[in-house]
Amino acid sequence: MDGGGGCSKDMTVEFGDEPHVLAVDDNLTDRKLVEKLLKSSSCRVTTAENGLRALEYLGLANDQRNAMDGTVSKVNLIITDYCMPGMTGFELLKKIKESVLKEVPVVIMSSEYSPTRISQCLKEGAQMFMLKPLKQSDVKQLKRHLMKCSS
Amino acid sequence: MDVVQLQRQLVDYRTSLYHEGFLDEQFTQLQELQDENNPHFVVEVVSLFFEDSERHLNELTTALEQQSVDFRRVDAHVHQLKGSSSSIGAQRVQQVCIAFRNYCEEQNVEGCLECLQQVKHEYSLVKTKLESMFQLEQQILTAGGSIPM
Repeated sequence: MDGGGGCSKDMTVEFGDEPHVLAVDDNLTDRKLVEKLLKSSSCRVTTAENGLRALEYLGLANDQRNAMDGTVSKVNLIITDYCMPGMTGFELLKKIKESVLKEVPVVIMSSEYSPTRISQCLKEGAQMFMLKPLKQSDVKQLKRHLMKCSS
Repeated sequence: MDVVQLQRQLVDYRTSLYHEGFLDEQFTQLQELQDENNPHFVVEVVSLFFEDSERHLNELTTALEQQSVDFRRVDAHVHQLKGSSSSIGAQRVQQVCIAFRNYCEEQNVEGCLECLQQVKHEYSLVKTKLESMFQLEQQILTAGGSIPM
């Protein structure tokens, strides 16, 4: 689901042919599915089972140094589930948008269709909101949208 | 039984699963994702679903046996089960989960217990049917045939 013209103008992240995606979801089955969907769309995928692990991977966890220390492999996109225990996808989105990685597009997935939730996420800087269960057409649309934004 | 007969049996069986609502088009998505790079994808993701579901069903059983039921805990597990069943296309399981969540919201123990029984039943049905389907697929492959889409 598109945010309707919500492309961030100053997106400097290159969304090339084989983007590296960080997929965050606490559900094991969903993680496997999103990983396969992204790989089938020529993405390199790293998965994380919760917000904290995602932040650690990105080098943004509280006890870590600046993410720009070069040891974290560059991530072109973060796709996260909304409903997760501990840190929700929305909270993760906020943390990323407040960090040095604020230019990395973040996409929120959810099994609930809630217009309030959708606008809340888009307002906070999410690139797109996607309804689960995810299908191949959703991922294709996502790629098209993100490549359009980065050109 | 020869390969052609087995293939026909598989197609008929699969069609019946969709027809009876055990599976929906999300399962077709999974099949379409399977390719030479990932020839066992469907079995793998369905196996994860089985593992995941059994864990949640056990947790739900325990949670609903408590003197004072923690509905947030119950809802959290049903939410997970609803999500994963939806992701693989296990429609009937997903549908029971929807009713289950409503009972959680109402803090209705009786309703929850009823749904737990139902979801266990539906889960066991879809598991048996998917396992039968995978067995049939394996028979076809062993006989040198290919799996019809």
